[in-house]
Amino acid sequence: MFDLARLCLVSLLLALASPAAAQIQEEDLSEFTEKLEIGISTDEISITSDFRGADLTIFGAIDGFDENLLAQGKYSIIVTLEGPKENATVRRKERVFGIWVNTRSMTFELVPESYSLSSTRDIETIAPPGELGNMGIGVDHMRLVPLGFVGDGSNLGEFRNAFRRIRETSGVYQRDPGGVRFISSSLFRASVRLPANVPNGVHIVRAYLFRDGLFVAAKALPLTVVKTGLEQAITRAAHDQPVVYGLFAVLLAVITGWGASLLFRKE
Amino acid sequence: MGVAQFLNRFRLGIVESQFRPRRGPLSYRGSAVTVYLPIAELSVNILIILGMGAAVGFLSGMFGVGGGFLITPLLIFYNIPPVVAVATGANQVVASSISGAITHFRRGTIDIKLGTVLLCGGLVGATLGVWLFSLLRRVGQLDLVISLLYVVLLGSVGGLMLWESIGAMRKAAKNQSTPRRRPGQHNWIHGLPLKMRFKKSKIYLSVIPVATLGFAIGILTSIMGVGGGFIMVPAMIYLLRIPTSVVVGTSLFQIVFVSAYTVIVQASTNYTVDIVLAFVLMIAGVVGAQYGVRVGQRLRGEQLRALLALLVLAVGIRLAIELIIPPKDIYSVVSAGFGF
Repeated sequence: MFDLARLCLVSLLLALASPAAAQIQEEDLSEFTEKLEIGISTDEISITSDFRGADLTIFGAIDGFDENLLAQGKYSIIVTLEGPKENATVRRKERVFGIWVNTRSMTFELVPESYSLSSTRDIETIAPPGELGNMGIGVDHMRLVPLGFVGDGSNLGEFRNAFRRIRETSGVYQRDPGGVRFISSSLFRASVRLPANVPNGVHIVRAYLFRDGLFVAAKALPLTVVKTGLEQAITRAAHDQPVVYGLFAVLLAVITGWGASLLFRKE
Repeated sequence: MGVAQFLNRFRLGIVESQFRPRRGPLSYRGSAVTVYLPIAELSVNILIILGMGAAVGFLSGMFGVGGGFLITPLLIFYNIPPVVAVATGANQVVASSISGAITHFRRGTIDIKLGTVLLCGGLVGATLGVWLFSLLRRVGQLDLVISLLYVVLLGSVGGLMLWESIGAMRKAAKNQSTPRRRPGQHNWIHGLPLKMRFKKSKIYLSVIPVATLGFAIGILTSIMGVGGGFIMVPAMIYLLRIPTSVVVGTSLFQIVFVSAYTVIVQASTNYTVDIVLAFVLMIAGVVGAQYGVRVGQRLRGEQLRALLALLVLAVGIRLAIELIIPPKDIYSVVSAGFGF
């Protein structure tokens, strides 16, 4: 009963989503007959302030697949959710006169604030590293271009590794080999994680189809994350109306401080 | 799970899932005691913040200090980004100083003229301080400078206070009357030009040292999130020879305005004032202070000062240790939008 409902829903959703949502056709290689379709039910997610992270479910289907190859499990799917991009600076501390001081730094140009990857299996077994590197799929293959880079590049690797490690341990970069599951022969369901501190802005859901280690097709959908609630209103006020916000903070302090002294005097 | 519920969830596009709790003191999964700090961008246990505010409020009431020099390091110990801790600390200082300032104003123990000169220096200092703050933050040295300033300041002030109070206690034990250090007649400061008559304080003093003191305190307020009373009061008594009767009120006058100004400038240039954090701290702080005052009245002066000195030293040492021990990770990542 439940499975049936889900299947109906998926087909319904795909039918609705394909024309409606603004799909970005990434690449269309004519040598492959396969096509990839993905759908998410919404292009905007509102997140309340008590958000502790969740899974975003994406449904998709392979069209024009080869029955034999599918039966042999030759098709692999990678789904990523990429957050808005910002420059990020990595700093390294060194001991100077006995205390730890930030000495060197490197700024990487426009890297995603969050990145979540799901795949049918470990991506290293899906495609050769060169291919993944070219396409920038996966935390290890993400393009990290230093901004205004001067130097011999000898410490580029160490800063890149540190960046990846920190982003992964803080949970904003995640991977889940096995997060994409086939729910029928050609329909699949992927869950990608939205971290608790998911950044506001336009995220991009990307799905990649690989056949026997070769890239076949990709599809991308935009997803806007909007934080709502009191806390978000405060953040917006702090950035849009900083002077008013500052005055209000002071007023609050004056009322609290003065109010308490009046209150306690009466007792 | 019913079909309807599934449909509903699917429409939202999100299926809630269990998350592994992350390490660290700030990882509380959605419980009632958790509050999200919008500017610091992390969730904290509200009970810990309330406790911190109440404890510091209690101590500030007990010792008659603003408490900014305790609240800011405590917030940093609790992993609040130093940039937020400092700006928010200044906001807490406004709340803890305002009632004292009003009381002194009613009693007429504020030298408004002297306070205004101090304030002029203070506003310039705070402006420069916020500028320095932004600059240091850009080059990635702000956290270090904040910690170093705290270590130096808390270490020296705590050390001096401890030395002085131990001496006083020893003399009291020997039943000697403590020789109160009488301010001398004049020092080099009194030879400076641009003299002005401050009627309430009954002194004739150059505005240069007054404005300079205000300026220095203004810088400290904006970079460290302290009111600066613990430096200003001794400096006014011993260096400027201002009568003790107006010192506390006048310094509170300066503190309220300079810290209020700092909050507004920090909010508009660095966006680092966390109003939620500040409000929780304030509420707990002002209540704690009321009880602190009552306890403080029962303790003897030199014991009180020795206790405060120990506390100040302990906070300074804790910060010093953090600078010296190897960090857990020598790398850190800062995103352009929110430079922590």
